[in-house]
Amino acid sequence: MRTGLRRLAAGVLAAACLSLLAGCHGRQEQTAFTVPETFDESRQYEITFWAKNDTNKRQTDIYKQAIEEFEALYPNITVTLRLYTNYGDIYNDVITNITTQTTPNVCITYPDHIATYLTGDNVVAPLDELFADEKYGLGGSEVRFDSPAQEQIVPQFLDECRLDGHYYAIPYMRSTEACYINKTYVEALGYTLPETLTWDFLWEVSRAAAATEGADGVYSLNGQQVLIPFLYKSTDNMMIQMLQQLGAGYSTSTGVIQLFNDTTTDLLYQIADATAAGAFSTFKISGYPANFLNAGQCVFAIDSTAGSTWMGTDAPLLDIPADKVVEFETAVMPVPQFDPEHPQMISQGPSVCIFNKEDPQEVLASWLFAQYLLTDSVQIAYSQTEGYVPVTTKALESPEYQDYLSRAGEDNDTYYQVKLEATRLLLDHLDDTFTTPVFNGSASLRDAAGQLIETVTKSVRRGQTVDDAFIEALYADTVSLYHLDSVSASGGKVDLGPMPAMSVGLLAALAAAWVLILAYLALRHHRKKSAER
Amino acid sequence: MKKILVLLTVFCLALSLAACAGGSGSSSSSEAASASQPAESQPQESSSAAADGEEVAVMSYEEYMAAELDSQVTIEACVQAKQSWWEDKATVYAQDENGAYFLYNMACSEEDYAKLTEGTRIRVTGYKAEWSGEVEIMDGTFTFVEGDSYIAEPIDATSLLGTEELIDHQNQFAQFKGLTVEAAGQDEAGNDVAFLYNWDGSGSQGDDLYFNVSYNGETYTFTVESYLCDSTTEVYAAVEALQVGQVIDAEGFLYWYEGLNPHITSVTVVG
Repeated sequence: MRTGLRRLAAGVLAAACLSLLAGCHGRQEQTAFTVPETFDESRQYEITFWAKNDTNKRQTDIYKQAIEEFEALYPNITVTLRLYTNYGDIYNDVITNITTQTTPNVCITYPDHIATYLTGDNVVAPLDELFADEKYGLGGSEVRFDSPAQEQIVPQFLDECRLDGHYYAIPYMRSTEACYINKTYVEALGYTLPETLTWDFLWEVSRAAAATEGADGVYSLNGQQVLIPFLYKSTDNMMIQMLQQLGAGYSTSTGVIQLFNDTTTDLLYQIADATAAGAFSTFKISGYPANFLNAGQCVFAIDSTAGSTWMGTDAPLLDIPADKVVEFETAVMPVPQFDPEHPQMISQGPSVCIFNKEDPQEVLASWLFAQYLLTDSVQIAYSQTEGYVPVTTKALESPEYQDYLSRAGEDNDTYYQVKLEATRLLLDHLDDTFTTPVFNGSASLRDAAGQLIETVTKSVRRGQTVDDAFIEALYADTVSLYHLDSVSASGGKVDLGPMPAMSVGLLAALAAAWVLILAYLALRHHRKKSAER
Repeated sequence: MKKILVLLTVFCLALSLAACAGGSGSSSSSEAASASQPAESQPQESSSAAADGEEVAVMSYEEYMAAELDSQVTIEACVQAKQSWWEDKATVYAQDENGAYFLYNMACSEEDYAKLTEGTRIRVTGYKAEWSGEVEIMDGTFTFVEGDSYIAEPIDATSLLGTEELIDHQNQFAQFKGLTVEAAGQDEAGNDVAFLYNWDGSGSQGDDLYFNVSYNGETYTFTVESYLCDSTTEVYAAVEALQVGQVIDAEGFLYWYEGLNPHITSVTVVG
């Protein structure tokens, strides 16, 4: 059961707002990290690893196994695992711990979040020198496991970890979104799935499905009283991908916010119309797309490829009673496109960052563990738990992984057809993926993008009029709610306005103290000279 | 002169230290205040809206149940338990003599949240919604109202387990008697365990607890929701101490997630 994930949506907002405000005040200075010449193995190191799993025991088992294997290789390093089931909680906890200098050593994260962490000086360890270090770097001579070389990390995945000209993370797993389709229903409605799924097709079929509702409230398509033809899990991704596909503004690479534009407005009207027709809803409003899909209450369910094990009649993971699952054929396709000739889809998935500490040896120990997560054994095992793709070409090209890919459909567990198709989807479209610009405030902007869709959808369902005045007010409220007016265009720190009186007083007092110290020294010097005379 | 200079210097440095301490503290507290008050959920707004408000017709429980999903509803009930507060939004179980309500993400200041003690009567206006089978009032605002306090006695829902009638009592405080603890899963050594952290054991202490109980040959999954009852509570410890085969009585709220998923608040081993 995955009820817990619902209550976490608000958490990201809180941390994002807090971080925007806290960016320039109250942070503790920390010494910049430099790579030690040698790893001091005469000492013991205790490092903490905050990891995220998809409420999936296999994933937590793989983390534990990785730690056990790593500790066997490095008996002087102990890794303590702390488990999370969503990125928002990790983000909140990291923000809280930055101020007290109690951050974890190694942490699963999103680049958007790292951008916020970086508002503190030297909080996150830059990895450029560690990557390149001959002894302990990627593929380094002193590393005690088969570490990949830097060029063996898929370049576009590695690029996602580059902020302000430096690497601050390593990719861990990658996924994208997929549209899981009840093909049986599509065909029952008289349609044939196109080679490339388009928004026009999806909206048309969704409306046709909604129109099968009879006077008694039962839909002839599924014989049930519930049918949400199109359900989207992450509406932030929905808005971001739509804008990207249309070449419309979202934000610049330096953090100028472009979300509130005419294309966004047009899209919101389209979504409002579809909602009014009973064709669309969202996870936050209705529930998990997988549950509706498997119960025969949804035609198009868009969720992460890392959610593929929950999708389909034979899904290995199930959240609804087995007797509610209906038989249907599942098609897995990329997210719908506006321009089928140039498909575009988001690249997402966990990365790993290392927090800086006063002791560079501790950071080096952390780096060695983080690097261990890139070994083939961890990469391949973890990728098989969901529709994830390993991030190293070494793992991707390994016979073991190729064998895994070739066995799609052999069972409804490790080789579950839908999961393997979702994985293939990303592998076949690596060059069609994109990421959004990362800057301090980009996490808030992402939430805001999703909130526009959530609010419009909710409002239509509640019988409210969505018109120009509504949209205008929505934009203003969203800017305010997500503090987007505080996000600086430089992508760096936020302008917090005039310096507080207390700070002015502090600086004045310090200046006065220095003046008095100098005056004292001058007086003493003068007296000494006088005495000498 | 020398002494005066030294004294002045010490004074200035002391002033600097005081400014440091004061500045830091006031800065962080104001940050927290700003961050915890999103524009949509200003408690003052919600209170004044209700205070100015036109006469709002308060629905009976029957009227509430008959209302369409996504329609605006206004009810009056008494707080039974608080599940969470975050960013000026509270999630609360409320009930009156006729039925119960799950108030999800209700606008509420931290100060007001503290006042939402068991039995407190409130009037809530929000939208009726359904999320994965759970019927709730979403995005609500509330005001405190005068009136009798009400703390629900648990209904005995044991014989209703597995029946279609149980959903009529959704969100009510209920008790179950004579349930047998079944295996919730296996540990790393393959031994049966009586509970799991998270639904599949992927969590750790502090996460939701899941445990299975059987009655009349059917097995049901119960949950200790960690926001409602965290790892410091008696019920959390009681479930962590359960053994497969024990017979228990349990109390909790009849929450729904794709079927019955009670949020258990107390467990007593009776056999």
